[in-house]
Amino acid sequence: MAHKILIVDDEPNIVISLEFLMKKEGFEVAVATDGEEALAKVAAFNPDLLLLDVMMPKKSGFEVCEALRADPTRSGLLIVMLTAKGRDTEVAKGLAIGADAYVTKPFSTKELVVKVKEMLGVA
Amino acid sequence: MKAKYRFLLAICVLGLLMTGPFVVTSFLVWVDMKEAERLMLTELLLSRLPVGTMMTMFGFAIGVAVLHKLFKQYVEGLLRMAEKLRLMLSANRNFRVTMEGPPEVQQLASAANDLAQQRDVLMDDVDSQIARAKASVEEEKNRLAALMSELAQAVVVCNLDGRILLYNNRARLQFKALAQGPTSVSGGALIGLGRSIHSILEKSQVEHAQEVIHQRLVAGKTAISNFITTTRGGQLLRVQMVPVMAPGADGEATMSGFVLTVENITRSLEQEARRDQVLHSLTEGSRAALGNIRAAVGNLIDYPDMEPELRERFLCVVADEAATMSQRLDQTMLEFSDSMKTRWPLEDMLAIDVIAAAQRRIDDKLKLATKTEELDDALWIKADSFSLVFALVFLASRLQDHYAPRELRFRLTSEGKLAYLDLIWAGPAMSSETFYTWEMDTMQIGSEASPLSLRDVIDRHGGEIWYQREKAAHRAFFRFVLPVATPKIEAEAEDRKRGSGRPEYYDFDLFNFADKSIDLDRKLSDLTYTVFDTETTGLEPSKGDEIIQIGAARIVNNRLLSQEIFDQIVDPEIPLKPESIPIHGITEDMVRGKPNIDIILPAFHEFCEDTVLIAHNAAFDMRFLQLKEERTGLRFSQPVLDTLLLSAVVHPNQESHKLDVILERLGISIETRHNALEDAIATGEVFLKLVPLLEELGIVTVRQALEASEKTYFARIKY
Repeated sequence: MAHKILIVDDEPNIVISLEFLMKKEGFEVAVATDGEEALAKVAAFNPDLLLLDVMMPKKSGFEVCEALRADPTRSGLLIVMLTAKGRDTEVAKGLAIGADAYVTKPFSTKELVVKVKEMLGVA
Repeated sequence: MKAKYRFLLAICVLGLLMTGPFVVTSFLVWVDMKEAERLMLTELLLSRLPVGTMMTMFGFAIGVAVLHKLFKQYVEGLLRMAEKLRLMLSANRNFRVTMEGPPEVQQLASAANDLAQQRDVLMDDVDSQIARAKASVEEEKNRLAALMSELAQAVVVCNLDGRILLYNNRARLQFKALAQGPTSVSGGALIGLGRSIHSILEKSQVEHAQEVIHQRLVAGKTAISNFITTTRGGQLLRVQMVPVMAPGADGEATMSGFVLTVENITRSLEQEARRDQVLHSLTEGSRAALGNIRAAVGNLIDYPDMEPELRERFLCVVADEAATMSQRLDQTMLEFSDSMKTRWPLEDMLAIDVIAAAQRRIDDKLKLATKTEELDDALWIKADSFSLVFALVFLASRLQDHYAPRELRFRLTSEGKLAYLDLIWAGPAMSSETFYTWEMDTMQIGSEASPLSLRDVIDRHGGEIWYQREKAAHRAFFRFVLPVATPKIEAEAEDRKRGSGRPEYYDFDLFNFADKSIDLDRKLSDLTYTVFDTETTGLEPSKGDEIIQIGAARIVNNRLLSQEIFDQIVDPEIPLKPESIPIHGITEDMVRGKPNIDIILPAFHEFCEDTVLIAHNAAFDMRFLQLKEERTGLRFSQPVLDTLLLSAVVHPNQESHKLDVILERLGISIETRHNALEDAIATGEVFLKLVPLLEELGIVTVRQALEASEKTYFARIKY
């Protein structure tokens, strides 16, 4: 069964690429465009991995991450934070609140795919 | 024993000497004689007794006369001389003993005079040495003060209690700019000799810095302390403190005060923040867009066989994001171009100063004539003057080598935010390659070399340079394009006017002068005073007359500080009386729109803090201030001295104690008068002259001066 990936980002220009990329790599993909929708989609779609943008309307990526990590039933959910903020303090924060990986934009699509596969154990 | 008694004794002794031997001999002979011999002798003697007595009396008289003469000359004469010598010792150094009396006494007198002469020469020598030493100390102090006043940094020297002993002009201007309220009112009032630095800088921070210095001194480290503080007006000041060390009693140097250098960093901090913003907007802001492009491009490359529709969409993403980034870049450049340019510390300066410096150097180094054409002499530029002048002279020397022009000309114009500095010469066209090498080579003028190229200098200024021909005039020019600076507000012109003579921004005697509180038993010469005067609409405060001008100056350490002044016209909010206008020279136009007394009085109150007030006919001025107490809630509760009353104390028999009359009597010449500030200054001069005269009468303290004033006739006049 294909792994499920939820893409959470408010910018359509990146969503289109990520969605295309992950589908091509054989994952089942869903998209949310803000933090609240992301939480709803996690419940409905039950993804294995989250590609989570930090800067979003309504709920930031940090808040979504914290909310998910507070839910013990979701402990197996992998979270990859995507951000346009490259400051090391933010990287530290993301990892501290429970993200499994932290990727700063711009990133190489190839490397992202490698990383996602590695994390899901399908390499 | 007194000389007179000794004289009488001497006469007695003389009498005894003249009669004694005869009487004793007669007695012995008498005792030895027989009865018959005694009778015969009696008979013989009695008949001749008058002659004998006469002779004895005569001899005695001569003896007394001789004795008297000797006494006069040797005893009384010497006594007189002794008195004169005493006089020479104390009261009158120039007095000399008169040559009189017998030769021996005269010799003594002459020897004494010679000694005195020798002493005078020595004393004069000592005096002149002291005077020289004093003068050189004074000169050093003045030189230091002059040096400080020219410094671009704001410098304030304080004693351990935070009392200001010295400040420079820059400090005055800087703190003036920080002053609260209308600056014309409390302008510079906050900073002043003997005032506390704590009114400007947070006390706890200053004390903390002192503590840090103490600890560093104990630890043997460099004694220095920095802190950043916020003023009441929200400005940021960076303050550096270093100690003033003085040898203590045990020979160990101890801290006796401190020097503060103060820099207002509000503006530079703002600039830094802006620069930070640029950097942020260019890095963080680009990440998202670049990320989108990269992901799209990645997909396009990795999956070349995707459907055309999807490919189209990815290309759209790339085009879209690239456009967004370009737009952002343009906008950033537009917004922040100013803050991005000034990497090298550039100074705001008048462009004509740069040209003048270049002209001098060209004349000096190259012996080449220069002229100026159109010059915008009010144009300020941001420049590193050394490298800029070097570049100009370098170009001049290259031109001289290649084209040998007879003269060079300078032109200075501006357009918007750009200044154009042109170096013009007449001659043939030059190739762009030549100019290119000139631009890129490191600069050299004769034996003087710079590590920079012309291009470096231009970049350093965030400017440009190009070569241009004026064909019609058969000449060409290099145009330097430089950033225009907004000139700083230089309040110095107005201040210089008042600041003639030696600078008054320092008083090192205050080092040992911690306590400035008003103690009535302190000496008059020790206290800090505010001399003030008011101009009013009329003479009857109780019938509604109002203050229209307050002028004041400070006296610190027996010195009138004509630079620490208060000078303000007040809107009385009632019409002026036409008949009073010629007296004070203040017209309706001058008072309207000025702050009213509610604004001025608090500022004046602050100016007078911790000082004794002095005014001429103070009761009149004080009455006006007191009538405002209820309205403003400000009480002028400090002691008040009145020069009119003090003059009456010193010269009780003089009829007039008007200010003009006293000025003349005390030999004080004041240029102009009858505005509040000038009258206040005149009053101050009078007070300083009165202090020593009062001391002669035994009036030394403020309390004594107040008591003596009360007893004068004039003290009974009420307003």
